Amino acid sequence: MMADSTMLRNAMMRSIRAFFFDRDFIEVETPIRLKTPCMEQHIDAEPSGDYFLRTSPEIFHTRLLAAGHERIFEMGKCFRRGEFGPLHHPEYTMLEWYRANADYMDILADTKALIQAVAGIDDLVWRQWTVSEAFLEYAEWDPVGHYDENRFDIDLVEKVEPALKKIGGPIVLIDYPVEAAALSRRKPGNSPLAERWELYIDGVEIANAYSELTDPVEQRHRFEECAEQRRVMGKAIYPIDEEFIEALETMPPSGGVALGVDRLLMLIAGASNLDAVLPFR
Amino acid sequence: MYSASDLKKGLKIEIDGDPCMITNFEFSKPGKGQALYRCKIKNLVTGNQFDKTYRSVEKVKRCALMSRDFTFSYIDSNNYVFSDNETYEEVLLNEELLGNLKRFIVDDMQVEILFHDDRALDITLPNFVEMEIAETEPGARGDTATNVMKPAKLINGYEINVPIFINEGDVIRLDTRTGAYSDRVSKG
Repeated sequence: MMADSTMLRNAMMRSIRAFFFDRDFIEVETPIRLKTPCMEQHIDAEPSGDYFLRTSPEIFHTRLLAAGHERIFEMGKCFRRGEFGPLHHPEYTMLEWYRANADYMDILADTKALIQAVAGIDDLVWRQWTVSEAFLEYAEWDPVGHYDENRFDIDLVEKVEPALKKIGGPIVLIDYPVEAAALSRRKPGNSPLAERWELYIDGVEIANAYSELTDPVEQRHRFEECAEQRRVMGKAIYPIDEEFIEALETMPPSGGVALGVDRLLMLIAGASNLDAVLPFR
Repeated sequence: MYSASDLKKGLKIEIDGDPCMITNFEFSKPGKGQALYRCKIKNLVTGNQFDKTYRSVEKVKRCALMSRDFTFSYIDSNNYVFSDNETYEEVLLNEELLGNLKRFIVDDMQVEILFHDDRALDITLPNFVEMEIAETEPGARGDTATNVMKPAKLINGYEINVPIFINEGDVIRLDTRTGAYSDRVSKG
């Protein structure tokens, strides 16, 4: 199994890099140890001396976009404290890419082409549902306008994800309630929706994409809210990365996505547990 | 109290006063959402199985289970009476709790009984028990094959299958975990 998954990973990484080079993306490397990990309510960074290990490379990508790089990708290790299970490992490989002057729909087109290229299948059937549609169908309520975080998370795991698994294949859940926007932009006109989508394949969450939030005032407000939520939960609070906030002022409107490479490899290997593709786990 | 992140397969917890065991456990974390601990749980009193999802901020009550050594005394209508080896206190277990194990209980048998507070939950018998054969068709002389079986009635009235060479009055050893004949201890 070790030899098989090693060769499969090698082939996949080659085809991912070829895909982006063909489309005039540049490959970038950004720091793995950072002073200020990107603060999210439910993601805990692993301390490393006076630093933290990155939970995602997104903070530096924003600065590269602000510096004028229009198509960038990075494939590298990210770390999340305490996440271990059939579909989680605290150290994992993330693929992240951004396009300047683009939004989450442009990123979705990239993602579809990438998955088909990597899997070697060019006639995959793609389904796309709004978050409202998926919840109304399988959990019998609409989280948009009536958002309840606990109910949303539990119903997603107990009702929606099992349905996505049963139907199988790639399904995109799109347009999240603005309360679950994370780092995505709100749709125009004070909409209750955020420009965020998540890709599931066979019920496994594979990628999370945004039309990036580029409003520094709104971003600071979200970080402060998040810090308060973490304080209430008794979690560590990370300082706000001022250079990141500053970069938002000059970055172009952009779309970006993070894709779990190990999970995609697991699906391509026909497995349902990361054990199959993480030989040293 | 346990934190949700302490939960794992095999852990015993208390829910609504009942001792329960986690029979399956999965870490789950949807999208940007919170960590969820999805458990399959068995109620150790009723045997009922159910699903329960814990959020990472939730606390779960520990469950103190203790087992003590007892000696079997007598049968009182539908109850089997055991006495505590240290305190001589008697405890009654009904037939339902004993299930198939009641077939293997003999006088003065040493057993272990598992308690949650004062409530008996489970009983463990010695792995092997010796019993006399009360009735069986006579075996063919000299036939010592162990793979040809025939029915036999034990002295307590229950039936099992024994090899063809076993006769009435023989004492055999039974495996209480499988309920199967193990070997012959002595000839009748």
